[in-house]
Amino acid sequence: MSPIKPPNAKTLSEREFFFGHKGCAGCGGSLALRLALKVLGERTFTVVPAGCMSAVGFVYPQLAFGTNAIISTFPGTASMLAGVAAGARALGLKDFHTVGFAGDGGTADIGLQALSGAIDRHDRILYICYDNEAYMNTGVQKSGLTPFGARTTTTPAGQHIRGSITQKKNMFEIVAAHGIDYAATASVGYPQDFINKVAKAATVEGTAYIHVFAPCPTGWGCETDLSIELAKEAVDSGLWYLAEFENGEHRLNRDPREFTPVRSYLEKQARFAHLRDEDFAAIERTRDAQWARMRRQWARPTTTAPSAATPATAG
Amino acid sequence: MSRPKVQPPFAPKHLADFPTGTCDVAAHLVETLASWRTATPRVDVNQCTGCLRCYLVCPEGTVSKIENNRVSIDYDFCKGCGICSHECKFDAITMIDGGTA
Repeated sequence: MSPIKPPNAKTLSEREFFFGHKGCAGCGGSLALRLALKVLGERTFTVVPAGCMSAVGFVYPQLAFGTNAIISTFPGTASMLAGVAAGARALGLKDFHTVGFAGDGGTADIGLQALSGAIDRHDRILYICYDNEAYMNTGVQKSGLTPFGARTTTTPAGQHIRGSITQKKNMFEIVAAHGIDYAATASVGYPQDFINKVAKAATVEGTAYIHVFAPCPTGWGCETDLSIELAKEAVDSGLWYLAEFENGEHRLNRDPREFTPVRSYLEKQARFAHLRDEDFAAIERTRDAQWARMRRQWARPTTTAPSAATPATAG
Repeated sequence: MSRPKVQPPFAPKHLADFPTGTCDVAAHLVETLASWRTATPRVDVNQCTGCLRCYLVCPEGTVSKIENNRVSIDYDFCKGCGICSHECKFDAITMIDGGTA
């Protein structure tokens, strides 16, 4: 794999490798996929398990992928990636990328075992989890990455239990705990930061994992034009974070001095419409505890970004 | 801008022309998605500064860089989500009700 200089909007490949797909209007996951493939280029083997991106990308005979792409079993994204990479090497291919795009359910619940095995073997693959916080393709069921309080069809909001009672699984630290070669979190609200991380991950001699936060207007109950704003606001309000793990160390890429109110972020989404004041307070307490721990244990960005993003993470 | 083109309608002449599995050449498109749209973005080229934010954040990849640092939209595949208009800091893109460009 040849090193890729992180492109920006002006230097990014003009070719579209995920085009004509049938994703809902405003889909954050398809944006993550589109940008990643534009960074990686045509010589990319793409593995997509059951989930939104295979459902919208392969509506035969409409085939939206411009790269070599295949649907894997639901739990087998990482194992198929490992096999494809091994096969390509056996054929003597050089200068190629192997990337998988799995959703939050396909990563944190169903595909976790195969991903764990691939990281253990240091297989040379890039695994991208696009996190829209529920099983959206099958009609919004709760996944391991659904946040506290979110209404889904399997965690309805009633009088006594108001939406999901569990917190998001900490996938980033789960993969980091394996001693993975490179892991990062990103958000489509900060597209340049995501592009930089994909370019970096593509050069890693081993397993790379990127967890990209990708809003779903259909499942979240928000306007279709709010996807990017919500993805950015999740980071700015501290409910999501931008971080990297390499050489055995965690590093925060953004460390906001002040968070924007979580209420403003949550109230834009119908899945949180039932939350009460005490729920907002509980969500803030969890956020503050998590950030206190991350700030204590992880390296901080070299320059603390106030409200505006640093050039490295600017959207 | 380099995007896949919609193929001519499938007209098999021989049994061998029929596919034997659900695989085909990459980026094989048979239809446009313009009919999905209920609102249509319109670019005001005089307001556009060419920052390319809309090009970066379009989930469909329908925004093109054109000459003089301006953008144009591929109305065959735009679904009218409105992200480009919402994210534009210069009010250069407005959403018009209805699906026609």
